[in-house]
Amino acid sequence: MTVMKRLPIPAAAPALLAAAALALSGCGDVDDGGSASAGADKGGKTLTVFAAASLTETFTSLGKTFESSHPGVKVRFNFGGSSTLAQQIVQGAPADVFAAANTTTMKTVTDRGAASGQPTVFARNRLVIAVSGSGESKVKGLSDLADRGLKVVLCATQVPCGSAADKALQAAGVKVTPVSREQDVKAVLTKVRMGEADAGLVYRTDVRAASGQVKGVEFAESAKAVNDYPIAPLAEAPQPALAKEFVGLVLSQQGRTVLTRAGFEAP
Amino acid sequence: MSRPGAPVTPYRREGDAGRSGLDARLVVRRGGFELDLGLTAGPGEVVALLGPNGAGKSTALRALAGLVPTAGGHIRVDGRDLRPLPPERRGIGMVFQDYLLFPHLSALENVAFGLRCQGMRKREARRVAAQWLEQVGLAEYASARPRQLSGGQAQRVALARALAVGPSLLLLDEPLSALDAHTRLEIRSALRRRLEGFEGAAVLVTHDPLDAMVLAGRLVVLENGRPVQQGRPADVARHPRTEYVARLVGLNLYRGRAEGTSVRIGDGDGGGMVLDTVDHLQGEVFLAFEPAAVALYRSRPEGSPRNVWRARVAAVERQGDRVRVRLDGPPLAAAADVTPAAVAELELAPGSAVWASLKATETRVYPA
Amino acid sequence: MTRPPGTARPPAAGPDRDRGLGRPPWMLVLPALLGLAFLVLPLAGLLVRTPWSTLGTRLAEPQVLEALRLSLVSATAATGVCLVLGVPLAWLLARVPFPGARLVRALVTVPLVLPPVVGGVALLLALGRRGLVGRWLDEAFGITLPFTTAGVVLAETFVAMPFLVISVEGALRAADLRYEEAAATLGATRWTTFRRVTLPLVAPGVLAGAILCWARALGEFGATITFAGNFPGRTQTMPLAVYLALETDPQAAIVLSLVLLAVSVIVLAALRDRWVNA
Repeated sequence: MTVMKRLPIPAAAPALLAAAALALSGCGDVDDGGSASAGADKGGKTLTVFAAASLTETFTSLGKTFESSHPGVKVRFNFGGSSTLAQQIVQGAPADVFAAANTTTMKTVTDRGAASGQPTVFARNRLVIAVSGSGESKVKGLSDLADRGLKVVLCATQVPCGSAADKALQAAGVKVTPVSREQDVKAVLTKVRMGEADAGLVYRTDVRAASGQVKGVEFAESAKAVNDYPIAPLAEAPQPALAKEFVGLVLSQQGRTVLTRAGFEAP
Repeated sequence: MSRPGAPVTPYRREGDAGRSGLDARLVVRRGGFELDLGLTAGPGEVVALLGPNGAGKSTALRALAGLVPTAGGHIRVDGRDLRPLPPERRGIGMVFQDYLLFPHLSALENVAFGLRCQGMRKREARRVAAQWLEQVGLAEYASARPRQLSGGQAQRVALARALAVGPSLLLLDEPLSALDAHTRLEIRSALRRRLEGFEGAAVLVTHDPLDAMVLAGRLVVLENGRPVQQGRPADVARHPRTEYVARLVGLNLYRGRAEGTSVRIGDGDGGGMVLDTVDHLQGEVFLAFEPAAVALYRSRPEGSPRNVWRARVAAVERQGDRVRVRLDGPPLAAAADVTPAAVAELELAPGSAVWASLKATETRVYPA
Repeated sequence: MTRPPGTARPPAAGPDRDRGLGRPPWMLVLPALLGLAFLVLPLAGLLVRTPWSTLGTRLAEPQVLEALRLSLVSATAATGVCLVLGVPLAWLLARVPFPGARLVRALVTVPLVLPPVVGGVALLLALGRRGLVGRWLDEAFGITLPFTTAGVVLAETFVAMPFLVISVEGALRAADLRYEEAAATLGATRWTTFRRVTLPLVAPGVLAGAILCWARALGEFGATITFAGNFPGRTQTMPLAVYLALETDPQAAIVLSLVLLAVSVIVLAALRDRWVNA
């Protein structure tokens, strides 16, 4: 697998450079080294999961659970922008499971017949306003973002969090002139975290993951732009049985607990 | 240059009235090499630094120009102390070995370069530079790039460029060595005429004795960073004091002990010999004679020459219309010049044995 | 330039050109062709997938033209900044021995090694609103660089400068120092020598460096989007537009890439003609 994951920019200023360099050199493959040799002994089955970047923390944790209940199986993740992952799957990348951040992206995969069966929505995510964690922010609601003295960053319209933001702002009737439309939600978060931007619209899960460094301001209009996260085993899966089992784990009570703890809502 | 009609250099230096020329002692240390050279050159005088490769000639010149740092001594030109000054403030002119004309500038711009550096307006600098080009006979090459010029033309442009700034000291580093033998002859005499017109002191570095003899009024011979001999070219040529100079001017040179009109050469343990001379001297002396003064015979010659010795031929070399025969000692290693006919007649070849003779009147003896 | 009358140029030195050196060895030709194929193949992939029928309409989209204009302007400005700062830096490294020169030389290549996204983060830490220098710029002058076109130029300068410095330093080291000595004996100060002798002599190296620098700036993505963000008309350069188009409309991304490619090839070819035939 030589697919490069888009870089999620990690936290905290001084450690940032080193961490980012590491993240890049890691190429986004999350390997659990613990069972690698055991897996090799038992014939070494590997399950490959393509998942949206916002699922990095939860799925990594679920992957470990899956490995411990399936000795000899190794779960490899390719986290990235949903659309990029969908492109890769359509172009024939060998993957077993695809979990997307929105239904439109999943549709590009199912339309090509690349999914096995109907996708299931396993989680929902809601936008919140991210503001810097230090000091008191004057941003209390969505309408405050219209202040032109405020530096607001949003996701680009081409990516799910961007279209969700547009939808929410439209529903609220608030006109915002952002200073930048970032390529993904992590980039928005980074800009807020580093203090370059005063506020940004991100998913609630992102704020939860960056606990302490940014604060999330909930707003009512976010209900108008909720993202559904669908998951499906893939038609060309090298490990079809394991793929179904992994989807099962995500949909189970155990999976829901992990997702809810991270800030996702149940569908 | 101050021939009639020559451009007046616009930035004459103070003290022109009292030009006193160059007075320098150059001390340069570099690794294991040390140059220590006292050097003077009066106004209008051309001094040639002559010496083998690695003797420190170019180093001396570069030290004068400020391109290598000196470890001691002084450099005074017309009373001004140049030693603390960087090259650009020394007011010197330098002609480099391969001229180093700026390849991206025309001949005219090359000559105007120094004038512009002195603060002259562009148009004025080009006017004066054009006069200098005319002066060296290259008026029609003003717009030519250096690579379009022949070696001789490039040398003239380089000279014009160096002289245009009105230097009080002119330095020439092997100004003829980049030329082929044919043009060299012609350019050499032209350079001589131009140097004669230069009012300041000039120092010329060369390893060619002929260049030195033709161009310079005085020679300083440098070996291993030290001056070993100096004087008028003719004197140096006639009375060499080192092996290097003797070979350079084509003389056989020996050191010996004179007692009246005979000189004992060599260690006296049977390795050397006694030569008859005409000069009357006592004590340590140099004895020199030309290779052409040596006559070679197949058997011991009869008659007048009293300096006769038996020798082995070490080498036979053709040199123009004559042949140089190198003779091995003992008792005396020497070079002899003979005609090709003589070589055939005597069947000279390396290893063959001959008799050599030398007339006493052909020897020169002078105190060591 | 017409040759002055009577200049006899000696025939070019070196071996007879007609004879040549024989056939190029396959040990060199084969890898060379493979290398070329490797470089050209992805381009062929792009061309094969190009939706030629919609090319015209896509090109006419104001967003595309805006991104293209911004790319050209910012890459050219970045090249200018690189020249103004990079040539003196290269001169310093090549001509002035100073303690720590090796370290400085290594530091110059840092942006080459650093992933551009990390470079962008580093720029934020230095010049961002809360950065080392940026904080002061903001407080003293009210200048903030992120999210501005100036920020784009800075990000591009950061990643492109090493190409210029390395190229110019190489040219300076290869240049014959004695020309500078000759200039000094003619009364030129080091500044004059640099301006009138050194710089013209290394001009080909400077040009080569500037071209590399410009090309690198034109394709810059990571540092730009991280430091300057992405806003159409202000900081959205072509690579950013290409990247975002890739999310939803890969065909549009291909077209945009081709436009970027074509424009850069045209500009570089024109420059080359102008300079080489001058």
